[in-house]
Amino acid sequence: MVNLTIDGLAVSVPEGTTIMDAAASLGISIPKLCYLKDINEIAACRVCVVEIEGTEKLGTACNTVVKEGMAVHTNTPKVRAHRRKNVQLILSQHDCKCATCMRSLNCALQKLASDLNISEVPFSEQLELQQWDNNFPLIRDSKKCIKCMRCIQVCDKIQGVHIWDLEGTGSRSTINVTNGRTINESNCALCGQCITHCPVGALHERDDTEKVWQAIADPKKVVVAQVAPAVRAAWGEALGMDDKDATVGRILGSLKLMGVDYVFDTVFSADLTIMEEGTEFVKRYTSGDTRERPMFTSCCPGWIRFIKSEYPHLVSRLSTAKSPQQMFGAVMKTYFAQSIGVDPNDIVTISVMPCTAKKGECNMELFYKEYAGHDVDIVLTTRELARMIKTAHLNMSMVPEIEGERLMSSITGAGIIFGATGGVMEAALRSAHYLVTGRNPDADQFRAVRASSQTDGVREAEVTMGNAIVRAAVVSGLGNTRKLLDRIERGEVHYDFVEVMACPGGCSGGGGQPIHDGEELAYERGLKLYGLDSETPLRFSHENPDITLLYENYFGEPCSHTSHALLHTDHFAWDMPGKK
Amino acid sequence: MSRLELATPSAAQLVVENIYKDMERRIEASPPGLCPVDMTLAFVELCHAQTCGKCVPCRVGLLQIKQMLRSVLDGTADESVIPLLEQTAAAIKDSADCAVGYEAAQRVYESLVACREDYEMHIRHHRCNCTYHQLPPCVHLCPAHVDIPGYVGLVQQGRYADAIRLIKKDNPFPTTCGFICEHPCEARCRRNLVDEPINIRGLKRVAADFAGEVPPPERAPSTGKQVAVVGGGPVGLAAAYYLQIMGHQVTVLEVQSKLGGMLRYGIPNYRLPKTELDKDIAAILATGVNVKYGVRVGEDVTLQQLRREYDAVLISIGASSGKSLGLEHDDAPGIMSAVQFLRHVCGGGTLDLTGQDVVVVGGGNVSMDAARTAIRLGARKVSAVYRRRKLDMTALPTEIEAAVAEGVELVTLSAPARLELDGEGHVAGLWVTPQMVCRINGSKVGVKSNGEPEQLIPCTTLITAIGQSIETEYFESAGIPVSHGKFMADKSGQFTGMPGIFAGGDCATGPATVIQAVAAAKVTAANIDEYLGYRHEITCDVVIPEPQLTNRFRCGRVDLAERDAFERKNDFDMIEQCMTATEACQEAGRCLRCDHFGFGLMTGGRETVW
Repeated sequence: MVNLTIDGLAVSVPEGTTIMDAAASLGISIPKLCYLKDINEIAACRVCVVEIEGTEKLGTACNTVVKEGMAVHTNTPKVRAHRRKNVQLILSQHDCKCATCMRSLNCALQKLASDLNISEVPFSEQLELQQWDNNFPLIRDSKKCIKCMRCIQVCDKIQGVHIWDLEGTGSRSTINVTNGRTINESNCALCGQCITHCPVGALHERDDTEKVWQAIADPKKVVVAQVAPAVRAAWGEALGMDDKDATVGRILGSLKLMGVDYVFDTVFSADLTIMEEGTEFVKRYTSGDTRERPMFTSCCPGWIRFIKSEYPHLVSRLSTAKSPQQMFGAVMKTYFAQSIGVDPNDIVTISVMPCTAKKGECNMELFYKEYAGHDVDIVLTTRELARMIKTAHLNMSMVPEIEGERLMSSITGAGIIFGATGGVMEAALRSAHYLVTGRNPDADQFRAVRASSQTDGVREAEVTMGNAIVRAAVVSGLGNTRKLLDRIERGEVHYDFVEVMACPGGCSGGGGQPIHDGEELAYERGLKLYGLDSETPLRFSHENPDITLLYENYFGEPCSHTSHALLHTDHFAWDMPGKK
Repeated sequence: MSRLELATPSAAQLVVENIYKDMERRIEASPPGLCPVDMTLAFVELCHAQTCGKCVPCRVGLLQIKQMLRSVLDGTADESVIPLLEQTAAAIKDSADCAVGYEAAQRVYESLVACREDYEMHIRHHRCNCTYHQLPPCVHLCPAHVDIPGYVGLVQQGRYADAIRLIKKDNPFPTTCGFICEHPCEARCRRNLVDEPINIRGLKRVAADFAGEVPPPERAPSTGKQVAVVGGGPVGLAAAYYLQIMGHQVTVLEVQSKLGGMLRYGIPNYRLPKTELDKDIAAILATGVNVKYGVRVGEDVTLQQLRREYDAVLISIGASSGKSLGLEHDDAPGIMSAVQFLRHVCGGGTLDLTGQDVVVVGGGNVSMDAARTAIRLGARKVSAVYRRRKLDMTALPTEIEAAVAEGVELVTLSAPARLELDGEGHVAGLWVTPQMVCRINGSKVGVKSNGEPEQLIPCTTLITAIGQSIETEYFESAGIPVSHGKFMADKSGQFTGMPGIFAGGDCATGPATVIQAVAAAKVTAANIDEYLGYRHEITCDVVIPEPQLTNRFRCGRVDLAERDAFERKNDFDMIEQCMTATEACQEAGRCLRCDHFGFGLMTGGRETVW
């Protein structure tokens, strides 16, 4: 243990503790901006500076390790003056039009300036104007970037995709896409982790809310919306709601109140995905197809972008099943359109997703019989949903909780846990067990694939189904994914079935979820989903009565001809940028 | 007002003088890789601040150039700015009245020509080709990327053995390099911004001197793969060390009776005592390297045999022949290359030059080694003959200074013209043509005859130190591609169409330094490992100390003391003396720890694995 004093208070902390953590243990809060624990400890913003007795220059609390006998002062005239000056310097290069910023009231810089009582910036404004394609799902506003480097570090250290880099030297150093590429030319997975780790509004999703409002306002259009499993675990955060109030039923109710014609829960198509993907897996497994290399899940569009650009030779190992979002879109524009007697061209499908990559995925064309178009027309993130609700000034206490529309209203717990890492695997194993053995396992039999903490990125399980032994792995976060794929490629491990989610912790930690600076909430939100699963009467996708009806009325059976046409996709039909 | 007054600098002038000195230091410590357009602008800013304001091209032209450069960098310029910049720079360079203007414009003009792509990138794409991606300056400039801030921090704490362990992650010759490394790491040391660079090599010497025996790291499980290394010099031995740690079995084939190559047979004992070199070699051999002495590939064994018997072959034969003068009778008795001369003496051979006059031709470090060795062998007079000036010599200034102190006479601006032989055909002197410097071409000053008559420098021994060549003949006949006297290996040390054969070091890149040899060894070891189907990682688990926060006061650099010249020139004992522990602690404490502060922190400040 190391003994020191902070602001005159004695404290004893383990060796290697930073001043910031030591201060926190005393309840002393030191302001910070660029710092992100374990990800960005680069002391760049110089906001967390403190006085350390015996040194003339200020030290940074975030990365200075305590020493025996150290005497630290966190709130002296020098500290306050220099902190303020540094924040004013940051503000001189930041477009301070807070009123029109998506991150207003959820901005680390805004809060810091307010905390430090900065009411003016004595420097001339120097805003950087960098070109950007604002049609791309991920938008970078150089005028707001404070060069904290978090985006670079998250993409490098957590995701391992290396999209962002420091470019240029000297006073013109800035952040840009690596290797001189534009974002459109890059292999960006669109996971959106850089957005959720940006302290300000420099990185954000393309806002598609206006497109939704226009569709709603268009009398010729029938607007149909779906809401992904993980959204329910987080949307209330953005609106200051309690968990018990922030139900999916209330999201559906809100959408209805805002003018959406038909609302659905994507959990239904998660169940549908299990029917298709689970059946596909059982077929591939029993035919010996997974003896060399596993089958990979295909629900996560960030993962699909990643595997296509980084491991193209493994693309054939992906399940051909579309993601739940795309399946739902396809079903809405066929089965559902028929059932309500509407021309699919007049249907606008909207999905509310915890995800930014879904905005890219929805560009995938649907070709079916006389109809061609997109499965899903507009993707909103959880954050955009919250903004629409605010725009509509809905009083949440008056919003009714409703179910999805008839034909596709029933859901199972298996579909709900799609929103957490391990959930797709667990749901698939529940139904695969039934397919193989003819009987249901205990619904919690496969809980070994669930993450045990926020940082638990890889789970493995060997699952017995009758005589069959299935080796399964679950991975979340693309950095973890790369490591796992490399191990598979080197023959160090073998699995039959691997679930991949691009965001750490899965969709609940998705790049479209509400942002809480410095907090990682994927695991906690995942627990909410597992809680809902345990409370749901049906916990097996194959027991979803509306799914049974859908097959009876329309698809026949999983992996049938019709389902292949509508519910499966050709991963080779499109290319990632830069494909050789 | 007096009629005349002595000029005394004002306080303001003194400040400006200090700024100039700081600028010099700052430029000294410039990180590599900065944007050439941005640097051109910074240069023009300085030049324009120095204009007297009399003449139009300089006063107005440099201003306009500044603004145009800024518009390029700001992304507001279109392509028409480039011809206008060129025309303006040309006008200033050709019409400015004094050097303040025309020299400034000349640089701008050169920048426009050589860095056109950078200008175009800024103009067309509003982006910069350059990035600051680099490790701390010392690590970046060390060819082997040794973790310098790490081991300096360890030396400060007195953790010498840990320092050696950390160094050996990237360089298995810590002792040798502590004595003779040319320390490119010190060139851009950020401590220059405060006072003077850290004495990095000196601190490595401290670690090596104080650490005692440090056992090698644990080897990876045996792979059963056999690697032949042809040549037991620094490349061969360093590669052998890493390959052994990776679990392969290396056999070194050495033509001499001892290992070390040029380190043993080229560097005099007074710079690198053989006992010190033996420490490094013993530590390398402790990993289990097999050695076959007295084996010459091409005579005792063929390359084909090696390819059959081993899973991979590394050719690291160095550059072990001297170049001759190319004059008539340059093979006369009494004439030898520095390589031959040093190999003989360093190998323990006897040679008495008592009373003799010796001429050494060449201005590099090898020339200084030969001259200083000749002094120690009792020569009456040793002349180092060089065609350019002293400051053009490629030898380290400290080596030249030491040679002069020991009595070596520098005969500069003298080009060898012909040889004087005595009646028995033995060398009797060197005729040289007096030279004068002339125009500078590129970075080298030109020389030409000054028209004065040739002069004779009498001598009975003439040593040529004008370069080394590689004994490529056999390997060329065995199918190894050779060009310009070097093996044509690619950057990974491999040959197209010859899987399993690697080459590295002087024989592939031309004569270089020991630390460059180590860098080549790392490259070839990694690629041989990969070729053998593995991806072993070389790491070190030593925990690097946290930096201290109280080292920013200005403090002089501790240089290593030397035995005085009068005494040392009579023997081959080590000249340089190690720092004391107290000196080492202070010197290490000056390190600004760029692994922790500044950009180093972005990427962790170090390569922990290769």
